[in-house]
Amino acid sequence: MVAQNFRHALFCALITLIIAWPIMGLKLTAVGTEITVVGASAFTWIAVALAAVIVFLFQLFRDKVMVGLGAVTILDRLADREPLPDEKRLRLENIGLVLLIAVALIWPFFVSRGAVDLATLVLIYIMLALGLNVVVGLAGLLDLGYVAFYAVGAYTFALLSNYWGASFWMALPIGALLAALFGLVLGFPVLRLRGDYLAIVTLGFGEIIRILLNNWTSVTGGPNGIGGIPDPTLFGMEFGRRVKEEGNTSFHETFGIAYSSEHKVIFLYLIALVLAIFTAFVIRRLMRMPVGRSWEALREDEIAARSLGLSRTGVKLSAFTIGAFFAGFAGTVFASKQGFISPESFVFLESAIILAIVVLGGMGSQLGVILAAIAVTILPELAREFSEYRMLIFGAAMVLMMVWRPQGLLPMRRRHIKLKAGG
Amino acid sequence: MLEVQNLSMRFGGLLAVDQVSLDVREHEIVSIIGPNGAGKTTVFNCMSGFYRPTGGKILLDGKEIQGKPDYRISRLGLVRTFQHVRLFNRMTVVENLMVAQHRHLNTNLLSGLVATPNYRAREQKALDRASYWLERVGLQELANRDAGNLAYGQQRRLEIARCMVTEPRLLMLDEPAAGLNPAETRELNQLIISLKEDYNVSVVLIEHDMSLVMDISDRINVISQGRPLATGTPEEVRNNDEVIKAYLGEA
Repeated sequence: MVAQNFRHALFCALITLIIAWPIMGLKLTAVGTEITVVGASAFTWIAVALAAVIVFLFQLFRDKVMVGLGAVTILDRLADREPLPDEKRLRLENIGLVLLIAVALIWPFFVSRGAVDLATLVLIYIMLALGLNVVVGLAGLLDLGYVAFYAVGAYTFALLSNYWGASFWMALPIGALLAALFGLVLGFPVLRLRGDYLAIVTLGFGEIIRILLNNWTSVTGGPNGIGGIPDPTLFGMEFGRRVKEEGNTSFHETFGIAYSSEHKVIFLYLIALVLAIFTAFVIRRLMRMPVGRSWEALREDEIAARSLGLSRTGVKLSAFTIGAFFAGFAGTVFASKQGFISPESFVFLESAIILAIVVLGGMGSQLGVILAAIAVTILPELAREFSEYRMLIFGAAMVLMMVWRPQGLLPMRRRHIKLKAGG
Repeated sequence: MLEVQNLSMRFGGLLAVDQVSLDVREHEIVSIIGPNGAGKTTVFNCMSGFYRPTGGKILLDGKEIQGKPDYRISRLGLVRTFQHVRLFNRMTVVENLMVAQHRHLNTNLLSGLVATPNYRAREQKALDRASYWLERVGLQELANRDAGNLAYGQQRRLEIARCMVTEPRLLMLDEPAAGLNPAETRELNQLIISLKEDYNVSVVLIEHDMSLVMDISDRINVISQGRPLATGTPEEVRNNDEVIKAYLGEA
């Protein structure tokens, strides 16, 4: 056994060395006008060697280590617990939910501006991921161009405000509806497609939108983007130091408090929070309605679904439209948060990240998707200290996650439906 | 009620079904039998709208329905099961039955979001119907299990229940006894007769289990190599020389 593992372990250690050597060991340094390759310090070399040894030893004694881990009884006890009775669990969940929302409401007043800003971004990703969850997780339609609808929402707001001076509150529903319309339009040509083919068509659609935005310079400003997107107002009160628009008042003057740039950030966070909660709530209801069930039925077995009278057209289009609607929501908030948007914010990588959130969270599971959105958005920020290794850590975390829990962070749990005894 | 006239189905050079006719009256169990590859399932696929037949007519109450999309035919009350069970595996047993009742539910998005009384009443009615049929096929205990985790015989019964909650006029069963043990086959036998007697459903049955077919069929159609061979009561078919030669007595 050990002899068999030996070669494998040696191979793994070698790979570790090959990967770590150039990444950790070699550095490009500017010397005058030239760039030279400099070796790292002795300490780094030792660390690399140590890592290789650890990998080697782990692979060599892998079976024993795994058995050892399995014997950790605390974990077993946690896993083997009796599941809570339904009513009790439901009550606990509700209390937990209320507490969580309360904390989310109060929390921004006590932390730094940067943290609130990041939290707003997290909320935007939560909205996006929940929307994509409808298309991918529930309806089982692999959509690689989801970011297009996000872009439609954002650009709708930017263009409306730029050309017609629309406010955030006016643009929010229009952006979402327009994105939904785009979802509907994309839905038609891809009705007959499934799986890989669908993925490729949606990928193309996403790129078309981005390239269109990039090249239609006369309207969208092309790669220069659109700036000066207004902040949201609260009943006609602006959050800037000075009132920009005729007829509006300013928030700090109305309430007689000192101006602080933080007000705006917190207000935007609260809007995003309300919208995210709204999104989660609506989709949660949809999942339990006939339309939600038909999405899942179509994912599970299209032929059986049709044989029971479900129209493929209706079900697929509704999934695309509703998913796109919430992406439009998120896009409007994003445009308002940034104040400036350009096609660069809507590249394919963005679609991939949202998809990764849905897969990591557990297809179809709302709580899982929310947790994954938080993790995926915050992790790169936390790893900022490692600067250039950031994406490396991010990637490693994803690989580990998929190996450890291929079904996702919190796989979807089916609702328990109580039937009347005796029917 | 349902009349199939000179149905033909051609796949490229292969004539899978050739001039098959068949009629089903209200309150009747009609079987289609024939050797493997005779084209029985193809006839089914044409009747349920999965294939657009290349020739012939299918009439329901005198109206032509051939070539209509499958989901429309199902809404007319012609519902089928599959040779290989097709359930929504990762959905629970009840959810499987709820999906099937889509047509009976209030599918308006807004009324669902605010849960209007009408929406809730219809949802409750669907649940009751699901619950009734689960009890009828003996799956009430398993209502909240994932359908994919049921035993094979249970999956077969769930598939029939899923058809029945749609309140069909005609039920098409494609080899419902395949893979069942003798005891389960006897139960199925009872169930199919009861569907006809108690729920006023006509049944078209494809089956290889001869004892089942002979027991419960009112009439039998024999197909061989895509062509109709014989038709009649079980007694007549059993004594038909052609049939014995082509199908029953080859050994």
